Amino acid sequence: MTGFEFSARLDLGDFRLDAAFTGAERVTALFGPSGAGKSTILRLIAGLLRPDDGKVVLAGRTVFDSVARINLPPRKRRVGLVFQDGLLFPHLSVRQNLLYGPWVRRAPRPASFDRTVEILDIGRLLDRAPRHLSGGERQRVAIGRALLSDPAVLLMDEPVAAVDQERRAEILPYLANLTQEFPIPMIYVSHAMEEVERLAQKVVRIRDGRVEEM
Amino acid sequence: MDFTPEEWQAIWLTVKVAIVGVIGSLPFAVAIAWVLSYTRFPGKIVVEALVSLPLVLPPVVTGYALLILLGRHGVVGHFLDRELGIVLAFRWTGAAVAAAVMGFPFMVRGIRLSFDVIDRDLEGAAASLGAPGWLVFLTVTLPLAVPGLLSGAVLAFGRSLGEFGATITFVSSIPGETRTIASEIYALLQTPDVDSQILRLCAVSLVLSFASLIVSELLIRAGQRRLQR
Repeated sequence: MTGFEFSARLDLGDFRLDAAFTGAERVTALFGPSGAGKSTILRLIAGLLRPDDGKVVLAGRTVFDSVARINLPPRKRRVGLVFQDGLLFPHLSVRQNLLYGPWVRRAPRPASFDRTVEILDIGRLLDRAPRHLSGGERQRVAIGRALLSDPAVLLMDEPVAAVDQERRAEILPYLANLTQEFPIPMIYVSHAMEEVERLAQKVVRIRDGRVEEM
Repeated sequence: MDFTPEEWQAIWLTVKVAIVGVIGSLPFAVAIAWVLSYTRFPGKIVVEALVSLPLVLPPVVTGYALLILLGRHGVVGHFLDRELGIVLAFRWTGAAVAAAVMGFPFMVRGIRLSFDVIDRDLEGAAASLGAPGWLVFLTVTLPLAVPGLLSGAVLAFGRSLGEFGATITFVSSIPGETRTIASEIYALLQTPDVDSQILRLCAVSLVLSFASLIVSELLIRAGQRRLQR
């Protein structure tokens, strides 16, 4: 099973989320205007936020179920999270960032390390500090870091939104290559139609905390 | 400058008391700062006020409170003496405790500010990558708080150097045991014709305090540079 299942209700006072969708495709896009609740959905899937009730199943594994009282902590959900501005660990080198996942789980260096570095074209950056990277480079490292933690699903929160137009064109091909090379389902959050069209096989439209159309 | 043996003793004792006080209280300061920055609970404001209390309380009151609590016949002091053989009153270790209490607000403040500005998503990223909470703390939270931790510690150290009121109330001013620079100056003030000696010790005090402020500022700057994203 490689698909996922998501349903959640969450009341944050000034914002209400009530959404459900499933996906079996390689790349599912969550598409909608800013403030629609797309990032909130990713946080709920990753376990950084807790829904009032709902159910999250990733690759056949139930990671949250309010009825069955299942709530796995983020570290056990096996999600690879890529935030809008990369969020690399500023005190670690690029290499240490990439290997942080295997390191904290005491796993050996992943066999896919060299290939991942090659696809993302970050080999010459390995010994640099994150602050010496460009926005596009930072995002590529963040994607590599997420991939190397052996995720069951990749969650991308507008990974190119903080990058200028030119760089965006530079990152998208990498992303397209990745989805070919690594058969990991991806949920891709974006408010830009061009990205969605280029990457996704399925589009879930989100507006005001609700699924508008699949 | 040629200091008298008594002066050397006072200078060395002052530095020793401040270092031991800071290092001994550091783990507690980190723990309290973490609780204040990361948790919400009813009555939090009371804890916050309590931590900062030594900043505004007359030091003599703090010293008297320490005496009541930790003196040989104090609630905690009696227990420490009987069960563990630890006596703090009128010992240099007691002076270190007084220094720790007086420097504590500075340390907690520095560390807490560092914790407050850490992007919680950075810790979320670490957790998602597979790190259990304690490892997230050790590999992400704490390293990012190091500049604030160091500058808080240096400020607390500086505050300890100048400690007088709480110290003299709690542990008195015993030459070689609890007579720090500040209490040595105070003792000299009661003696005729020692103006040059007083001035020398004042100069030492000034240099130590000034240096610790400079170091604290440098640490903050170095940290900001290192942790830029």
